[in-house]
Amino acid sequence: MFETLFPIFVLAFFAVLTVLIMFYLPEILGPKTKSKRKYSPYECGLIPQTDARERIPIKFYLIAIAFVVFDLEVVFLYPWAIIYKDLGLFGLFEMGLFILILLLGFFYIVGKGVLKWE
Amino acid sequence: MSMLIFYILAIVAVVSALMVVTLRNVFHSALFLVLTLFSVAGIYVLLEAEFLAAVQVLIYVGAITILMIFAIMLTYQITSKSIRQVNEQVIPAVIIVLVFFVLSLVTLIKTSWPVSNKSLPGNNTFEIGRQLLSTYVIPFEVVSIVLLIALIGAIIISRQDGPSRPGQEDR
Repeated sequence: MFETLFPIFVLAFFAVLTVLIMFYLPEILGPKTKSKRKYSPYECGLIPQTDARERIPIKFYLIAIAFVVFDLEVVFLYPWAIIYKDLGLFGLFEMGLFILILLLGFFYIVGKGVLKWE
Repeated sequence: MSMLIFYILAIVAVVSALMVVTLRNVFHSALFLVLTLFSVAGIYVLLEAEFLAAVQVLIYVGAITILMIFAIMLTYQITSKSIRQVNEQVIPAVIIVLVFFVLSLVTLIKTSWPVSNKSLPGNNTFEIGRQLLSTYVIPFEVVSIVLLIALIGAIIISRQDGPSRPGQEDR
């Protein structure tokens, strides 16, 4: 078991290592200057007008909720899809019902205009 | 070797879980929650539950924490504030937590944990799919209804249809 998963751990190790190197190497190598201009947020050369930590509209949250719900739907699709051929018509019907119920939710959010952006 | 990895993952999970409840910045707490959930995913991998690990990363690390971070960003001026996570209720809280801890410890010790002698099926994910669509087909359909309720509920709570107050036309 460990042998089959070894590549994943190697990958995770190198992922963390790369991040650490990218984080701390500039700190060691780079020149250290402290100025007001350096610490101001970079915004395509424009002078920032407000704090970046503003309240975001609730719309983003609704999109996120819809994303989580449909993400979960896809997660349930996966174990169904790999044994789909063994299940036959019954499996198709069950998944059809599953998707149909969630489709109601999709029509609801479309009807409520959650996905509308002006 | 796999024991060593388990201990590393467990320590990372517990330490970052402690950070979640002690750090003074909510945003940092949310980020440490990512680390906790990620180490739990690692433990799933160690237990040969690859599908569960993938789902843990996809749903918990990817989606749920994004949802939490959005909720923090929705709240007025909370991202850069430092908040004490301890308040005046600290003594009653300690008592209740201790009682709960002792209770769960007793249950943990008293319960016999049956271990199946059967070896794991070669591919867990196939087995999950097979069980989900035969033995647990009713819960499977209930899941879709629960998801539907979550979706509709969130929209009803967050969108108050009615006269919009000035300066809040974004709602």
